[in-house]
Amino acid sequence: SVIKPIFSFFERAAALLIICTFLSFLYGSRGEVPPKPTPGITVVPPLKPNNEPQAYPDAEKSNLPVFTMDYPRIQIPFEITLWMLLASFAKIGFHVYHKITVWVPESCLLISIGLIVGAIMHSVHEEPPAVLTSNVFFLYMLPPIVFWYAVMGTLWNSIGIGISLFTICQIEAFGVQDINLQENLLFASIISAVDPVAVLGVFEDVSVNEQLYIVVFGECLFNDAVTVVLYNMFSFVADMPVVEPVDVFLGVARFFVVGLGGMGFGILFGFVAAFTTRFTSKVREIEPLFIFMFSYLAYLVSELFAISSIMAIVCCALTMKYYVEENVSQRSCTTIRHVVKMLGSISETLIFFFLGVVTITTEHEWNWAYILFTLLFAFVWRGLGILVLTQIINPFRTISFNLKDQFGMAYGGLRGAISFALAFTLPDTIGRKQLFVTATIVIILFTVFLQGISIRPLIEFINVRRTNRNVDTINVEIHCRLMEHTMAGIEDLCGQWSHFYWKDKFMKFNNRVLRRILIRDNRAESSIVALYKKLELQNAMEILDTVSGDISAAPSIVSLHEDKKESAKPKKKFFAEDLKNMHNILSKNMYKIRQRTVAYTSKYALPNDSQPREILIRRHSSIRRSLRPGSFQSQKYFSLPAGQGLESKFPPVRHSYADEHETMSEVAYPARHSRFGQPKRSASGAMMPLHRLDTLKEVPSVDVLNESEKGSTSRGVSRTNSSYSDSRVPAPNDRRNAPTEAEEEQGEQPSSPPPAWAAEPRDSTPQNPLLRRPKWNPKK
Amino acid sequence: MGSSSSNLNTIPNSQELMQETGFSAAHLLRLYERFEFLDKDNKGHLRPEDFEAVQELSTNPIGDIIIGSFFSPGQETVDFPSFVRILAHFRPAEKNRTRDGAQPEPANSSTGKLKFAFQLYDRDRDGKISREELLQVLRAMLEMQVTEEQLESMAERAIQEADLDEDDAISFDEFKKSLEKVNIDHKMSIHFMK
Repeated sequence: SVIKPIFSFFERAAALLIICTFLSFLYGSRGEVPPKPTPGITVVPPLKPNNEPQAYPDAEKSNLPVFTMDYPRIQIPFEITLWMLLASFAKIGFHVYHKITVWVPESCLLISIGLIVGAIMHSVHEEPPAVLTSNVFFLYMLPPIVFWYAVMGTLWNSIGIGISLFTICQIEAFGVQDINLQENLLFASIISAVDPVAVLGVFEDVSVNEQLYIVVFGECLFNDAVTVVLYNMFSFVADMPVVEPVDVFLGVARFFVVGLGGMGFGILFGFVAAFTTRFTSKVREIEPLFIFMFSYLAYLVSELFAISSIMAIVCCALTMKYYVEENVSQRSCTTIRHVVKMLGSISETLIFFFLGVVTITTEHEWNWAYILFTLLFAFVWRGLGILVLTQIINPFRTISFNLKDQFGMAYGGLRGAISFALAFTLPDTIGRKQLFVTATIVIILFTVFLQGISIRPLIEFINVRRTNRNVDTINVEIHCRLMEHTMAGIEDLCGQWSHFYWKDKFMKFNNRVLRRILIRDNRAESSIVALYKKLELQNAMEILDTVSGDISAAPSIVSLHEDKKESAKPKKKFFAEDLKNMHNILSKNMYKIRQRTVAYTSKYALPNDSQPREILIRRHSSIRRSLRPGSFQSQKYFSLPAGQGLESKFPPVRHSYADEHETMSEVAYPARHSRFGQPKRSASGAMMPLHRLDTLKEVPSVDVLNESEKGSTSRGVSRTNSSYSDSRVPAPNDRRNAPTEAEEEQGEQPSSPPPAWAAEPRDSTPQNPLLRRPKWNPKK
Repeated sequence: MGSSSSNLNTIPNSQELMQETGFSAAHLLRLYERFEFLDKDNKGHLRPEDFEAVQELSTNPIGDIIIGSFFSPGQETVDFPSFVRILAHFRPAEKNRTRDGAQPEPANSSTGKLKFAFQLYDRDRDGKISREELLQVLRAMLEMQVTEEQLESMAERAIQEADLDEDDAISFDEFKKSLEKVNIDHKMSIHFMK
């Protein structure tokens, strides 16, 4: 769904953020490793003794240095790498002790390590890494980290906190009168920014209901944008001696420009990227590059116009996800996901780590009153904000947020990276900058540690409504689609519109215009078909994954289709048959549809991280159930389309297929006419492991291939995933059996496997239906 | 549209209808106007052709299925009360309604809506969605996009998923169960305009 890409880009952004942090702070730092005093060590010949008069200055004669060291040359990248490695090691370390990570969010741990390192550095009087300049921050770091609650909540918080703090400042006893309203507002905007990382990790572990997750997540994403806007506004304003009403109005206007502009740019770049990927079928290796570059470009361009770059990136990601996923190959998809997760992981690690280090090594200005009140107000206003906003919005929602959800949201307001970075980039003109920095750090540490650690037990305690992972089965999809169509129809009948109408309209527009332009094979896809294909592909991949461990070898649907059109060579057809066999086996054996995983996934797992065993086990039980003696009807299996051979239906090979599989192909796919042919049982990995599965009798007559010449009957269904309906639709539908016919057929089948199946036992009871290739029955 | 001079009195049995379906007077009036609008020849009832005259409905993939649902089996016409009764299914369900056990399930409750959806599939009204019926609907919804085989696979799978008692058909309870996680009320409600 939609959440994944947002999340992934969020992480990616955070990654870039970190990397640039380092770029910046290493400009002026000495880092961990003190530079060597002598840049070069060369082997020099002994000098002549000084007391000899020199007739002429002798040129120093030096030999060719055999061994030299030039540290400054590599200093910067070297130190960056070391930092990253160190933080990553810390991360490995945490996971060794699983118990820790269950209760303590990673961010806490990372900060702690950072604190330790910082302490070490401090004690050896190393300078802390130089702080980021705002330029660097915004250009490199900020983005990535990346909607009702976000905007309003942040506004509410900022203004609320700002004003309260200002009131406090008036109290003389605290000694902070010099902070005026603008500066307070500025500071407030900094600390309103909520950071999702810790919270979402906990939510995920506790599997709170999706609504809550989405809201918190969305809030964190979008409120980054809001915060930055506010920050800019307020810092601009803080410099001004007088604030006029027109400025406030302009501020609001600017806010909308920034927000909507960001979305617009994002969508624009998303479309451009989608359009580009339409033509990348020949250059699949660089597809990920396009994705990343366009996203980054979206970010930079929006920075150019000083509009919300985070929104730009998020919208870009959303748009791309929908269209690009159909255009790029599976491998590219996997690559992108991997890279994004990796970058995200690194950046998140580094930022918290860095936080810890800096905490120790900066100069702090401490003012008890201000800081404590900051903490207090931050909580109070957040709680109030959530309450008020929920009250306003609940009547419009089908599923309203109850108090527990609200508590989760309020308590989940952890501050983190954004606040941290923003605090550091406060202009120096603000008198009390150090105080602000200190207060920010305090609040971050407080929320991360205290709230971070306690939120999990609390959530479990108050028993926030858990998610029911939606089983998006084909069933549900079909019925929901039916309902949508019905509703649209009824509305038309009644002559009125509502959101179904618009959704319908948009889908029509999408199918007619957008998809045509942006997607390579632009057949308008019903969502049912799309889901079906996806599920099939997923299942296929999962099978193959157990079997061959090479899930990334599966090409995307599109690329398969493409290949099919290109290939004319016989060799490729063998691959196709191979693949088809697998598909057949899959579909023949009535796998239950794997429940689609919920939108969000674990931090460390790619989406579609499969647990093949579960599938196989389910498969067993479902097979068992269905194969009741005599009830052939209940045996659900799918046959190939009648008429054409498999290769007409199934896309040919994957180029990336492991070499071992190639042997399969070369062998034994005999005459063209025996389509399904006798797949040779080779040593290929794909088939072997399947033998391990012990099961039931496979009905020998399950016959996949139909020979048109022989008039064999094809059973029921057809397909597995990747084939599109192409024009060569097998004609003879009449040859399709109703299950009842199949029953009779079963009775008359002698089972003698074709001779090519050397490896197979000759009896008619296949041990492993899962593995067993459909027997081609020559008689049919 | 429709004669603005019609008021509640011109609608026969309006009180009973309101009672039965839960529509307010204003809603009922508006629906009556719509009914009259559709009934171009002023016959007093609607025929399938009148429905098909609605432009968008004819382009709706399951348009004829929807139209068919208005007509009870064997009937060729729809009068106003039947029209309203069918539409009553799509009213948003009232929450916290106290119902005594004697009252029949209101048409616009989740179950009522589900029943309506079920009947869209189950044309022969035998209480089960057979594979053929499912296929028909699927075919209608997917039109040209897939091959017959793919359709059959999908129907196959759908039945597998839902069919708990393994009679190769989906009964109403199985149907209901498979949709238990879906917010039916949300999905199948129209806020009728006044």
